Amino acid sequence: MTFIDYYKILGIDKKATISDIKKAYRKLARKYHPDLNPNDADAKKNFQQINEANEVLSDPEKRKKYDKYGKDWEHAEQFENAKQHQEQSSDFGGYKYSRAQSGTDFSDFFESMFGGSANAGRSRQVKFRGEDYNAQLQLNLTDAYRTHTQTLTVNGRNIRITIPAGIENGQTIKIAGHGGPGINGGPNGDLYLTFSIADHPGFKRLGNDLYTQADLELYTAVLGGEITLKTLNGKVRLKVKPETQNGGRVKLKGKGFPVYKKDGQFGDLYITYTVKIPTSLTEKQKELFIELSKL
Amino acid sequence: MQTGNLIAVNEFCKSYKIEISFISTLQKAGLIEFTTIEETIFVDAGQLPQLEKIVRFYYDMDINLEGIETITYLLQRIINLQNEVETLKNKLRFYEG
Repeated sequence: MTFIDYYKILGIDKKATISDIKKAYRKLARKYHPDLNPNDADAKKNFQQINEANEVLSDPEKRKKYDKYGKDWEHAEQFENAKQHQEQSSDFGGYKYSRAQSGTDFSDFFESMFGGSANAGRSRQVKFRGEDYNAQLQLNLTDAYRTHTQTLTVNGRNIRITIPAGIENGQTIKIAGHGGPGINGGPNGDLYLTFSIADHPGFKRLGNDLYTQADLELYTAVLGGEITLKTLNGKVRLKVKPETQNGGRVKLKGKGFPVYKKDGQFGDLYITYTVKIPTSLTEKQKELFIELSKL
Repeated sequence: MQTGNLIAVNEFCKSYKIEISFISTLQKAGLIEFTTIEETIFVDAGQLPQLEKIVRFYYDMDINLEGIETITYLLQRIINLQNEVETLKNKLRFYEG
């Protein structure tokens, strides 16, 4: 655990007034606040530091303690504990009301020096919405193909969620009320789940369409025939036209990926043929090919 | 008083210790929508995150209403662009994979 220079974080000197602190905090908050930087982890981290610095320096009691012990905060904890026993109170009075970003994390340094959460000792009972949680969920393509339920554990709570078929890679869904608990009776935050869908060895997905490859025997490609093809939803029999070219593509309408939240609607399945040239030909086969080439 | 998914504006204001007139200003600027039932003004619970965000802009970051309007518009553009990037990434993955 390292010492954090809150003055440096806010870009102010030790003589800064409350007004200077407020001004510096607001300036930096306008730059790094998560509300202004959606999906930006770096900005969130920066804002947490700024918020923590503001939390300490804008509170006269906390600032006094911080200034007094500074780098020796570890001894400050022992000292404060002894003091608390004497006074039977650990409350930091006069905490200035602030609508800080709900659920902001505080550093180990902060926790060590001031103990517990920043909300302790707030003199005004303001309701705060709980923190929004972000999580990533890995699925494979076959999972994403079907509507299914999964049980997740978020902060020790089991949540059973239904994942609709057709969810897209990178898509985020909101699960209302499953974020951090509200403060002072405020509503819970939400859980934002972002899906990461792993590649499939046999199929590629583009939107709602699926792409796959099928090997064709030379004779089937030349003369036509029928092949059996695996799809994500079982096997299908497919007629192959005579004189099918290598790299030729056919479309199976409605055999692609389910359309998200549109029951019964599917994209298409595109099949690209790879014609396999026979190897290890017998003498007889070679003769026949030569004969064919002369026709 | 709560009606289904609606939250009484006066309760919201009381909870956040803000003036009701501020919410009226937001409504006039088209930043949020009201529903009035028997002279009580409500906001839809779905608008709560947006409303809380605006409150933070105004009170914590000292951004005026014109700034909030601009930010709201630009944030929506950022989110749309992020979605577009995600779609394009998936396309790129398809062609590169």
